[in-house]
Amino acid sequence: MRNMLAIISNVLRGTASRNGARVVVSARTYADFTPQASFDIKKCDVHKLEEGPPLQAVLTREEGLQYYRTMQTMRRMELKSDQLYKQKIIRGFCHLYDGQEACAVGIEAGINLTDHLITAYRAHGYTLTRGGTVREIMAELTGRRGGIAKGKGGSMHMYTKHFYGGNGIVGAQVPLGAGVALACKYLGKNELCVCLYGDGAANQGQIFETYNMASLWKLPCIFICENNKYGMGTSVERAAASTDYFKRGDFIPGLRVDGMDVLCVREATKFAAEHCRSGKGPILMELQTYRYHGHSMSDPGISYRTREEIQEVRSKSDPISMLKDRMLSNNMASVEELKEIDVEVRKEIEDAAQFATTDPEPPLDDLCNHIFYNDPPMEVRGTNPWTKLKSVS
Amino acid sequence: MASLRCLLRSGKTAVRAVLRREFHGTPPAAVQVTVRDALNQAMDEELERDERVFLLGEEVAQYDGAYKVSRGLWKKYGDKRIIDTPITEMGFAGIAVGAAMAGLRPICEFMTFNFSMQAIDQVINSAAKTYYMSAGRQSVPIVFRGPNGASAGVAAQHSQCFAAWYGHCPGLKVVSPWSAEDARGLLKSAIRDDNPVVFLENELMYGVPFEMSEESQSKDFLIPIGKAKIERQGNHITVVSHSRMVSLCLDAAAVLAKEGIECEVINMRTIRPLDAEAIETSVMKTNHLITVEGGWPQFGVGGEILARIMEGPAFNYLDAPAVRVTGVDIPMPYAKILEDNSVPQIKDIIFSVKKTLNA
Repeated sequence: MRNMLAIISNVLRGTASRNGARVVVSARTYADFTPQASFDIKKCDVHKLEEGPPLQAVLTREEGLQYYRTMQTMRRMELKSDQLYKQKIIRGFCHLYDGQEACAVGIEAGINLTDHLITAYRAHGYTLTRGGTVREIMAELTGRRGGIAKGKGGSMHMYTKHFYGGNGIVGAQVPLGAGVALACKYLGKNELCVCLYGDGAANQGQIFETYNMASLWKLPCIFICENNKYGMGTSVERAAASTDYFKRGDFIPGLRVDGMDVLCVREATKFAAEHCRSGKGPILMELQTYRYHGHSMSDPGISYRTREEIQEVRSKSDPISMLKDRMLSNNMASVEELKEIDVEVRKEIEDAAQFATTDPEPPLDDLCNHIFYNDPPMEVRGTNPWTKLKSVS
Repeated sequence: MASLRCLLRSGKTAVRAVLRREFHGTPPAAVQVTVRDALNQAMDEELERDERVFLLGEEVAQYDGAYKVSRGLWKKYGDKRIIDTPITEMGFAGIAVGAAMAGLRPICEFMTFNFSMQAIDQVINSAAKTYYMSAGRQSVPIVFRGPNGASAGVAAQHSQCFAAWYGHCPGLKVVSPWSAEDARGLLKSAIRDDNPVVFLENELMYGVPFEMSEESQSKDFLIPIGKAKIERQGNHITVVSHSRMVSLCLDAAAVLAKEGIECEVINMRTIRPLDAEAIETSVMKTNHLITVEGGWPQFGVGGEILARIMEGPAFNYLDAPAVRVTGVDIPMPYAKILEDNSVPQIKDIIFSVKKTLNA
């Protein structure tokens, strides 16, 4: 097979110019691609740190293709959810993550699946990187029994192993994350917890309470502020007396990171993880990122920002385009190859959407289950005194 | 030798006495234990039994506990297991819940439950609801404990009873011990329970000694959550109560007994899940019911009990409307005479019993 491809490749190379021709049937062998390349990444601003993450990141071809695939899957999944919401197949709250893919993918690339992560309600991307499948995520959005929380949680309440949601109350996830970090330290398994919140949540009192305790007790916690410039409809300038979110931890060292560059996020996360695992205590990262959608599906997202602004970010800083350009211009992948990934991703999303729209809703006898864990079955009062419903653990 | 001959002559009862080891007439090894010490011992034993159990809260470690409930624990278990927190309830309650989610079994102490209001979002939205929202993926084995309700002279902001507030929420278990035995058995059950438990103690009960049976001193003595106890049997009226008010009910019952009125006093032990069956069975026997609580009347524990009786089989057995004896519907005043008249007194219970029986 390899020989045949090599022969075809040689023939085609003879008949088409290397850079210009778009050969539909790809005949390039693995040997043609650059296996890895080093990229300059933006320098991080630091707070109470002697030095920051490295200014260069090495990306292998495999990593690049994997990041591309995951980010593209995330993007398409969110756009599909947008469609389904407008068709009223998804209802209630739906906070989409498109534009911010580099954050979720970059963070996961800097930690292990055995580490822990918690975030707020814009959680679909993290559910994916933490091991959830597109099928079970979308079926949860449509409220079906095949959903990751059996249809009982919805958009904001998705959980996987070492992923604690998906939390609806702004800021409440931050003390929870520090608690997970406390358990990591207590159990001594060299694990850490990544604890995410937005620019809106960054002003919450309980976050400062958490900074204090995490620092006092040297908890292995990476606090990450995903600053997408708007807390719902309020821009950061209108909400925060200090928009240097990476400094708001005061006594906690901080980094300000380009959240649109997956490599920048990855290197910063690795740097932060190293800090935590060496027992130095918590560290804070501000990821400067952007969401294309409004706050949620009920927010068009253009009353407090201009279409031009959104368009500018899309054309200049899109995380997927940035990675794609890097890989193509360094000969780490072909256009066809990436297109093929796009096709596969599209199919995966279509299949998932199909499942999410055809899977039945949860059975009514599941209504009262999962109140208590490890308890004998009990009775739950229905809407009237004669209706006695059953609850099993 | 002489005593043995005595024994052989005295027959069956004597043999039974021997088997009970009452040879010399010694009673079983019961001791007097205060509620505080019962709680302390329960925590000590559970900390020893399971490494994942730990205690956090204000002053629980080096101060030995604001009310000395955790006395000696820090000295024995150290910084890792007994953690002093800053005065930041919302933060440390959230940290405790997160630790429970990640595999530990925290006991989160609120210096009083009044301060739990600062953290109530973490108790309800992060702890109570998570098992349901995750469809059984994520459990939260945590105990929130501390003194609840009125104390003495601490005024309005430090005297609120939260039984009804927490009792309202699915996903929580809410426990309200009265005696030292309750405290011990229920706290052990709460710590071993895999669900969020709100454990409502009472400051005025901490120093009260109770006799505890030998059985109740065993390391595995557990009282099941969700089961009430009949503290005093009676035929004329059912008196349902929880926490410190049980003492007053028993005192009232003693006074009433002299007039020939026999009260059946039920100690709820658990607010949620409420042991409606125990109350119904009693009402079907006595045909009369009053509830007695320290908390405010509106939308309270007594209100719930009365509603359940209305909706259940016991209604047809009532010979008079069931009524509630509660705290007065005002913020707690400071002056002693005012404070004394803000909570049920023994005379109020006696009055209500007599009114119900004459109605």
